[in-house]
Amino acid sequence: MIEFQDVHKSFGAKPVLMGFTLLVPDGETMVIIGYSGTGKSVALKHVVGLLQPDAGDVIVDGRAVSTLEREALTALRREIGFVFQFAALFDSMSVFDNVALGLRRRDLTDDEIADRVREALALVDLTGAEDTYPAELSGGMRKRVGIARAIALRPRYILYDEPTTGLDPVTSAVIDQLMVRTREHLGVTGVVVSHDMRSAYTVGDRIAMLYEGKVRQVGTVAEIQETEDPVVRQFIEGRPA
Amino acid sequence: MIESVGRRAVDAIKTVGRFGHLMRDLARAVPDVAVWGRLTLVQLRRVGVDSLPVALFIAAFTGVVLALQASYTFRNTVPLYFVGTLVGKTMMLELGPVLAGLALAGRVGASMAAELGTMRVTEQVDALETLAYDPNSFLVLPRVFAGTLMFPVIVALAIVTGIITGWVASLALLDLSTQEFLKGLKLFYRFKDTWFGLFKSATFGFTITLVGCLVGLNTRGGAEGVGVSTTRAVVYSAVLLLVLDAFWALVLLR
Repeated sequence: MIEFQDVHKSFGAKPVLMGFTLLVPDGETMVIIGYSGTGKSVALKHVVGLLQPDAGDVIVDGRAVSTLEREALTALRREIGFVFQFAALFDSMSVFDNVALGLRRRDLTDDEIADRVREALALVDLTGAEDTYPAELSGGMRKRVGIARAIALRPRYILYDEPTTGLDPVTSAVIDQLMVRTREHLGVTGVVVSHDMRSAYTVGDRIAMLYEGKVRQVGTVAEIQETEDPVVRQFIEGRPA
Repeated sequence: MIESVGRRAVDAIKTVGRFGHLMRDLARAVPDVAVWGRLTLVQLRRVGVDSLPVALFIAAFTGVVLALQASYTFRNTVPLYFVGTLVGKTMMLELGPVLAGLALAGRVGASMAAELGTMRVTEQVDALETLAYDPNSFLVLPRVFAGTLMFPVIVALAIVTGIITGWVASLALLDLSTQEFLKGLKLFYRFKDTWFGLFKSATFGFTITLVGCLVGLNTRGGAEGVGVSTTRAVVYSAVLLLVLDAFWALVLLR
């Protein structure tokens, strides 16, 4: 279970999160929606300790992330897969090595690592791409490698940062299917940050809207689709102010 | 005015604090040999082999110029075999380490700052952390170890190259015999000349690579930020290198 408890975060004089509170129960995929620059990715990075809150905390299975020592934080990170907005693949490594990198930090033999990499690449329909390099891949393929890198770790949680941003509608739908398939195959708890409503409706069990540093509304897909909150309504319908 | 001075003082204290934290984090990463050991081999090749041509090129021309300038200065006043003394001493004590260091600050320091800066702004450094790697053991230690180990090797080869080209120039252009050049070269030679230059170059290698890594990892923004970091790494490295050069002369040559 991931719990954001009254998280506050500012960058210089600019407050981004101002009392962000949200509960993501085990087995659920929570989609956090909101306007660009409202702190969705910032919230996500607090879960793995990439950012430290100014106040409040993120609790993962009873562990307050900001208070964890180095070893405990590393242990927590082993349980979490993170899919970055632009995949964040290592340019100098092949697809195989990108996916294998996290596995090399575990007690696995080379054969086990190779099996896991092949399995993860198969799950994202990239069998045979092991020897290619990130520069040779399209945006959609890079995102799929990013997902493969996360799921190869067999994590308990997967965090997706804008997984469909910048992709064409068909590729976006492929990524959405992948996220659904990943949840079904691995039974992981997921947090997806997105402003793509079609994607949010497809992959989310529940949706939370982040607005002015706080959760404006949280509910099931149906509840969000039928909301009467004018701010949420305007966002999900994509209407200009 | 007072506010500005106060802000600068606070910034300076923060910088010292950050440097202290970084050294602590680097020390903590040292036991992670499984990660940095293999990567250091890759960096040794990159820092060493890839930097060698530029260092040797500079040293070769420096040796020729030193021989010619020495002859110009000594003619009719000092025996010409002192050309060998000046070429040897200057290459070993000063120009070998410093010129190679400055060239490598541009070559190695800038390249590390640009590479790590790009990794920072494209979230590759964050990705490393989420994969349970410490960026210090994965990125910084291999580069710093490689720089500290390879700079003395590069400088040693540069010194030898400079002395050889100085000798060839003396033979070809100054009518100096090999025996005379060698006589001058040996005249005031002390073993300290060799280890001083090599020790100094190891500290240059440590500083240049550390600065390149730190500046790169602290890059903010996009392509512009990477550009700023690259320039900053070269400037900081060059300034620190010259300060270190004076420091070691004060400490070890007095």
